[in-house]
Amino acid sequence: METNGTRENYEVREHDVLIIGAGGAGLRAAISAAERGFSVGIVTKSLLGKAHTVMAEGGIATALGNVDPEDGWRTHFMDTMKSGKFINNWRMAEIHAKESPDRVYELEQWGALFNRTPEGKISQRPFGGHTYRRLAHIGDRTGLEMIRTLQEKVLATDAEVFMETTVTKLLKKDGRVVGALAYTRESGKFIHFKAKAVVMATGGWGKIFKVTSNSWEGTGDGVILSYDVGAELVDMEMMQFHPTGMVWPPGVRGLLVTEGVRGEGGLLRNAEGRRYMEDYDPEKMELSTRDVVARANYTEVQAGRGSEHGGVYLDITHLGYEGIMKKLPTMYHQFKNLADIDISEEPMEVFPTVHYTMGGVKVDPETCASTVPGLFAAGEVAGGLHGANRLGGNSLSDLLVFGKRAGDGAMAYIEESTHSVDIDEADLQAELRRVLEPLEKKEEGESPYLLQQELQEVMMEHANMMRNEDSLKEGLGKVLGLKDRMEKISVPGSRLFNPGWHTAQDVRYLITISEIIVRTALERRERRGAQWRLDYDGPDEDLGKINFIVTRDAQGEVGIERREIEPMPGHLADLFEEAKV
Amino acid sequence: MSESTNGTNGTNGREDQSLAYAPVAGTEGAKRGTTKLKIFRGDAEGGEFVEYETDMIEGMVVLDAVLNIQAEQAPDLAVRWNCKAAHCGSCSAEVNGRPTLMCKQRVNEYEGEIRVQPMQAFPVIKDLVSDVSWNYEVSRSMTPFTTSQQAPFTMYEEDVERLYEPKSCIECFMCQDVCHVLRTHHKHPEFAGPRFFVRGQWLEMHPMDEANRLEYLKDGGGGIGYCNITKCCTEVCPVGIKITDNSIIPLKERVADEYYDPAKWLMRKIRGRKGSRNGSSNGG
Repeated sequence: METNGTRENYEVREHDVLIIGAGGAGLRAAISAAERGFSVGIVTKSLLGKAHTVMAEGGIATALGNVDPEDGWRTHFMDTMKSGKFINNWRMAEIHAKESPDRVYELEQWGALFNRTPEGKISQRPFGGHTYRRLAHIGDRTGLEMIRTLQEKVLATDAEVFMETTVTKLLKKDGRVVGALAYTRESGKFIHFKAKAVVMATGGWGKIFKVTSNSWEGTGDGVILSYDVGAELVDMEMMQFHPTGMVWPPGVRGLLVTEGVRGEGGLLRNAEGRRYMEDYDPEKMELSTRDVVARANYTEVQAGRGSEHGGVYLDITHLGYEGIMKKLPTMYHQFKNLADIDISEEPMEVFPTVHYTMGGVKVDPETCASTVPGLFAAGEVAGGLHGANRLGGNSLSDLLVFGKRAGDGAMAYIEESTHSVDIDEADLQAELRRVLEPLEKKEEGESPYLLQQELQEVMMEHANMMRNEDSLKEGLGKVLGLKDRMEKISVPGSRLFNPGWHTAQDVRYLITISEIIVRTALERRERRGAQWRLDYDGPDEDLGKINFIVTRDAQGEVGIERREIEPMPGHLADLFEEAKV
Repeated sequence: MSESTNGTNGTNGREDQSLAYAPVAGTEGAKRGTTKLKIFRGDAEGGEFVEYETDMIEGMVVLDAVLNIQAEQAPDLAVRWNCKAAHCGSCSAEVNGRPTLMCKQRVNEYEGEIRVQPMQAFPVIKDLVSDVSWNYEVSRSMTPFTTSQQAPFTMYEEDVERLYEPKSCIECFMCQDVCHVLRTHHKHPEFAGPRFFVRGQWLEMHPMDEANRLEYLKDGGGGIGYCNITKCCTEVCPVGIKITDNSIIPLKERVADEYYDPAKWLMRKIRGRKGSRNGSSNGG
């Protein structure tokens, strides 16, 4: 890159804590820090309140025991570990199960409203893989209630919110993360955020696939920003396919149909009218875990027993119009508006859709600290809690429990350290020039939109629900080909709200993540949860004791390490022993 | 330990070994010729409508068409969107002059011209994106939920069910866009707008909330008196909140009771005002 000495201007903002991402985890972390009087900056790629949390429908999993008094943290913990096929971080699962009730009551304290039991308590609905009725909910828009509550709480603090702002790089000095470089999408103006600690809360990366329930934002910025500064990642091969996404019309393909439909008694049938879940999990049927139901739906369609548009049927007509409007109003309107289907009269057509990323930045369960000092991570961008398969409802509770812990962890870190947050001007200028490069190329290059579409096709074909070595290797070759072409991206127009330029930043994250996923999927030679290798028969006992840890190696390439999982301590292991009796 | 739980996973007796991801039929959707859209291209300085033509796909919504045009013909076309499912309220714009969530509006429901422009009650940033940040300042200025009670609360379904409607607001700000107090009369500093009366409604009706926002609603930036209940906001609400009937009118009644009831007016003269901010008293 040529440096002709012109210096790019940027604004400087200084905060104690910089929070990247304004979904549930980021906002919860911000509240912790702001209420304690720390100076907090929150950066979000969208407007406040539009983060992916708003899309969550079914509810927050938490063992309140309001409906089933037998429930408690132990059962919730065991359900989470079983669903994650025991490669979860058991300490995170323990903390999550123990602390989620307090975090939910705290939301209620802040004005969140949940459906009630006849006794006037928070009601709880059943969900796949949960032993008891456990999900606190408000109809099928629980995520909206949660994010609005957190948003209004944040707006009542002194935290500063930088909306529609994209972070391009974490800044490091003397081995610590001390801020980030970002630009405002509206104007293209750059901001150097100086911060004593950074909390990464950017969510997942479903956008590497074509058919996904994720919005445009799910491009995994945070996981690659963290990887770039040396943070360890864990379980990156584990992508969750939600069993029920819409299939028709084409424009909404992949859009989520909440698990709440099955929670409220929705039945899955194939074109022959048969409740095929009998063949896959006769005990739990429609309320089996997502990995199992997704594979069942997929297999039925592959076997030629699919619906008109290539899905399976999900039937909730037994609730009737009144019941649906009370329990699942969003679903009613979604199908009515977008597909001309009245779900109180006829079944929905559904097919698996990419939904969630179990893997992510490896964190310390107590503080959410990553392996790089000054960098914390919480929510979907962090890995460990969910292992090989996440239970429905566990993500919203994850955001609250670990969002708070990340905020607390960052404050404790700041209180103990007195490090400088200054960065060399030359480093900043080099990053500014890198970010501007796609806009400044004179010759016509690759379109970021088409590159992203190609990548999505590659991942659909080679790293989908069913994987094998030959196909993954072929996919890796294609991803690496796209990586080379990424250097040639050019976009027309100015810096003023230019989505082409924004997409050029996203593509870099998407391609790097895809490479990591394909490489780790090649390493895990077994069938476990979401990782389903057709060239292996079942789970592998040895791999059940391993997490794959990814770091950027000295050459800048993807380094993969097999790391033994620490054995569960007695008080947790005993729970499973007792349950066997 | 892991073996016992992995067992349930392996029962895919009918599993097919194929890797092909595409469902059997109809994934791409039938093309139905092409469609034309006139899209505003410009910024705060001004601009013009530019006509684009793109493939018409069965079931396509306006946002699909705009995003196709962006990917294929106009990479720098600015448009704001997120969920594409009418849950997040990001993709508000005006189609043929009417505030519309682009992700919810089918292209084939229009006969003739389709003109897409940004919301007009706010400053235009670029193309279809307007600056809605003022709304967040209003939000910040309202007293949030305030209670001295300790959760878990005991609240019954019948106590809270009327809160479900205002709580379902997705903050698309189309009610703000269509409201003539803002759109035509630009009363932005003195008038909070329908969105925030909706918020005021649930706060005031929440059984545990103890703050008093009536002074705010009347004079302190709420300016609810400016609303002359034309119901434009209710007509455009994408989630069907009856903003005028269920939020604005009840709040107006509360303000009227508080400030224009002669008995209360007399009490205030005698006893003086109480609890101007977050006050525990509401005058009676």
